Amino acid sequence: MDLRYLRRRFTNVFNLGMAVATTVLGLFWLLWILYTTARFGYHNLNLALFTQDTPAPGAPGGLRNAFVGSLIMIGVAIAVGTPAGVLAGTYLAEFAGRRRIGEIVRFFNDILLSAPSIVVGLFVYSVVVSVTGNFSGLSGGLALAIVLLPVVVRTTDEMLRLVPSTMREAAMALGSPYWRVVVQITYRAARSGILTGVLLGVARISGETAPLLFTALNNQFWSTNLSKPMANVPVTIFQFALSPYQGWQHLAWAGALVATFAVLGLSIFSRFLIRQRNS
Amino acid sequence: MSGTAPPEPKISVRNLNFHYGKFHALKNISLDVAEREVTAFIGPSGCGKSTLLRVFNRMYALYPNQVATGEVLLDQQNILDRRQDLHHLRSRVGMVFQKPTPFPMSIYDNIAFGVRLHERLKKGAMDDRIEAALRQAALWDEVKDKLKQSGMSLSGGQQQRLCIARAIAVRPDVLLLDEPASALDPISTLKIEELIYELRQNYTIVIVTHNMQQAARVSDYTAFMYLGELVEFGDTNSIFTNPSQRQTEDYITGRYG
Repeated sequence: MDLRYLRRRFTNVFNLGMAVATTVLGLFWLLWILYTTARFGYHNLNLALFTQDTPAPGAPGGLRNAFVGSLIMIGVAIAVGTPAGVLAGTYLAEFAGRRRIGEIVRFFNDILLSAPSIVVGLFVYSVVVSVTGNFSGLSGGLALAIVLLPVVVRTTDEMLRLVPSTMREAAMALGSPYWRVVVQITYRAARSGILTGVLLGVARISGETAPLLFTALNNQFWSTNLSKPMANVPVTIFQFALSPYQGWQHLAWAGALVATFAVLGLSIFSRFLIRQRNS
Repeated sequence: MSGTAPPEPKISVRNLNFHYGKFHALKNISLDVAEREVTAFIGPSGCGKSTLLRVFNRMYALYPNQVATGEVLLDQQNILDRRQDLHHLRSRVGMVFQKPTPFPMSIYDNIAFGVRLHERLKKGAMDDRIEAALRQAALWDEVKDKLKQSGMSLSGGQQQRLCIARAIAVRPDVLLLDEPASALDPISTLKIEELIYELRQNYTIVIVTHNMQQAARVSDYTAFMYLGELVEFGDTNSIFTNPSQRQTEDYITGRYG
């Protein structure tokens, strides 16, 4: 009798201990990454980082053109990917339901969600860059939109399906057409969830390098022209970090620090939105 | 089984059959719902009472595998006719559900949502309509100073009265209540029952309830259903004091269900 309870208690402690240990293991790497980026990036944080463009090797400079280029291309991705993603997610949740067509679309969307982003880059290269004849900010934005799209489709679908069907029935019972139920009731009920999905998607694409290598390429100079190669943070970090010049390496660390904490801030903000929704 | 015919039926059900896919949920139901009276449907879970209620506003039409055949006449018009406009039907037949279903918007907009679907009112007229609906639903005094607050912020009982206000603001003839008090505490339940008693002066009310005492308290007519069939239908007094069917007697005396 006592032995059995002792064994149960041991099993409990053991499993709990393993669970805590694996959690700590996961957090350990995250914290190490954050610590390393902060340690190496911190010294190079200064105003010039945001006011000057990428310099020639050995010269002083900043990452202004890369930050602005990234923001522009993320903007293009949001402008293209969000409406398409929200509408597709709405179709899945509200109209396709559990019908076969819905399941098929969901399946392909999941494939797109897990497609290697370098494949997306190559795809946009072959259909945009090789057709227009040059690398461009627009093609970079489109590649990011394709990475963003399935994230938005999925969260919109899931958030809308979380809205209780009784709420739809209640609106229908008042004599509402279905489209009005979707636009005025279920969107409103799922609004912060969908917004959170978009923010998490943006957090993901803001660190993507592979889709930009073959599309936006990079640009050493200030340019906001969407039809020309465009500077961006991930590719700049990639090139500068690999370079032998110390000034460039320092800029790469600073860029990594800013990008990491921007994404962290975005994620925390979206968690905050979720919590607000639940309270 | 045929029901007794009250003087002026608002709704006449004739040989109604209902299927969920292959499941035969309502078997040859015929009954009359009297105008401006309260009719209660009672019976054990799964007997088809909610299904019958959801035929009256064709709520089942939302789901492709649910089929009703037969006739349901609302003011002599067969609402099962495929030419029946569902939005218009639902403006005449309002419904309140078991769980309160406030929309994620202000108390004011919760009620205005339904009104705006069918009418274009100026601001002043809309304000009056909303106040009247909230007064009829006995909620006005509790919310008049916070109409801009979210409908979700109200208590369960208040939310349910908000849903009743929302339904009557559309000015229906008929109100369908699907176990409107079963998710509420006793005091809120009492308020809803008092409200039903008030509303019967202006509306034809059909209520589904699990609670037999509630049926006895609030209704004028009671239908007892079992396994998809209408076992007995008559005025509430005789159903509860002198049922003619053995099954009815067993149910109301608590021998099963």
